[in-house]
Amino acid sequence: MNWFFIMKREVASYFTSLTAYVVLGIFLVISGYFFYTNLTMFVMMVGSDIKLGLWQYTFHDMRRFMLLLLPLLTMRLFSEEKKLGTIELLYTHPVKDLAIIMGKYLACLLVLAVMLCLTFLYPVLLNIVFSIEMGPLITGYLGLFLLGGAFIACGLFVSSLTENQIVAAMVTVGVLVLFWSIDWNEGIAGTQAMIILHQMSLFEHFYNFPRGVIALADIVYYLTLTLFFLFLTLCSLESRQWRGKR
Amino acid sequence: MNAIEVDNLSKFYGPARGIEDVSFSVKQGEIMGFLGPNGSGKTTTMRILTCFFPPTGGTARICGTDILKDSFSVRQKIGYLPENVPLYGDMPVFAYLNFFAEIKGVPAKQKREKVNDVVQRCELQTVSHRLIRKLSKGFRQRVGIAQALLNDPEVLILDEPTVGLDPKQIIDIRSLIKGLGGKQTVILSTHILPEVSMTCDRVIIMHEGRLIAVDTPENLTRKLQQAPRIMLKADGPEPEMLKTIGSLSGITRVVSKAPTPGKPGFYEIEAEERMDTINEIARAVYENGWKLREIRPQDMTLEEIFIKVVTEEEGVGNR
Repeated sequence: MNWFFIMKREVASYFTSLTAYVVLGIFLVISGYFFYTNLTMFVMMVGSDIKLGLWQYTFHDMRRFMLLLLPLLTMRLFSEEKKLGTIELLYTHPVKDLAIIMGKYLACLLVLAVMLCLTFLYPVLLNIVFSIEMGPLITGYLGLFLLGGAFIACGLFVSSLTENQIVAAMVTVGVLVLFWSIDWNEGIAGTQAMIILHQMSLFEHFYNFPRGVIALADIVYYLTLTLFFLFLTLCSLESRQWRGKR
Repeated sequence: MNAIEVDNLSKFYGPARGIEDVSFSVKQGEIMGFLGPNGSGKTTTMRILTCFFPPTGGTARICGTDILKDSFSVRQKIGYLPENVPLYGDMPVFAYLNFFAEIKGVPAKQKREKVNDVVQRCELQTVSHRLIRKLSKGFRQRVGIAQALLNDPEVLILDEPTVGLDPKQIIDIRSLIKGLGGKQTVILSTHILPEVSMTCDRVIIMHEGRLIAVDTPENLTRKLQQAPRIMLKADGPEPEMLKTIGSLSGITRVVSKAPTPGKPGFYEIEAEERMDTINEIARAVYENGWKLREIRPQDMTLEEIFIKVVTEEEGVGNR
């Protein structure tokens, strides 16, 4: 149950400080702007498939913005505890490292869920004047949630490596951009390598979701990436057990 | 039975020595003081005992449980106040203590009672709903101690618990710690030497990562003070007084301490035997017509013991 207590504390910490409100507010405004811009574009381009196209454009815009915004949520998770010294309290209490990681990860995931839920306001409003298809909308949100989960796991890991929050945020953005653009350079990598790099690309697995398609490979990719970064975080935390040993 | 047993504990940070070959034991219910200058290895020893990081070599047992084999059980048995008292400043005191009660595994039904208990013991009632970051240093220190006391740990490890407190708060915290003795085993580190003699049953003196003495403050005094000392305060001509007192039987040394013109002189006297010599000195002062202001036996202060032990250790190291 310790993961739950840590999650509760982290969620409270997000909402008692301004962090969560600022991030949620900015995301709501900017995603609203994306939604409005894309909607206007589709209305002006008579004949295009608004039911499918609108969500694809909007979700693709939102995922890019999430890449910049979520590291601001994750940067404090371990860095702040290291800086303040409170990590010493957690490490010297009867709490398993995995519980610390899960508590922090789930807290951030909960903030992401709230963040995405708030943007549901836009399709609801649109639905009043224009009947929308729910399928691509729901799968698109599922895609954003899985993608965001992987972003958070990456941010959590980077945060466990440094006590400087700014460094944590910047490195997280760097790692995520690398995963995003990993298959861009076709001139350098060979054909076989390109296939692998293509499969590793962060956004390559996202395209299906806003189209209303749930592919098992995409879900497995995001869950694997998330577990990979959570595992690295666990290794980072447990490294204190072997560092300094002879 | 020993609550803490430490065997040949060593910790190296790369090539730098944190502690080396430290061994000691602390009996159940005993209050043990850690004394040493900055960088002597007090905090490193405490961090190893609380399983914050493992030692490079050696091991320790807390209430019979090995810190390396079962650190989770060890962590259930200890309460720890780290150096500089790290706290979650964004939480109110009550919520903070509730959180630590939860992760210490206090049953939900007892949680409120336990939290209220430490709030009362540490006198936090007036600030229990305030944000920690808005509290004064003294209150923050108490919140840290309250956290360590939650769940009545068998072993309490306090790293400089009174640093930064005002005199009244220091007295309160000392009496709180003193009150824990007998029931809980306490290890505390401090820079304030009288604090150790006032609070602790035994003292560990550390220097440059090595343990150089473990004993009661009284035994350390007895061992290190080669000759009984007497402090004399009297009015009279200084040369004559030095000569007369120095010629008394059993007196080995007389030194005039910090003479101030127009004020009674202070003399530090070393003798073979204390009580009879005090009578002899008093008689000599009276018979010579000098004015006796004060005469008393004087033990070495803990500061003197500390400096002597550390200096002797450095002397051995330099040889």
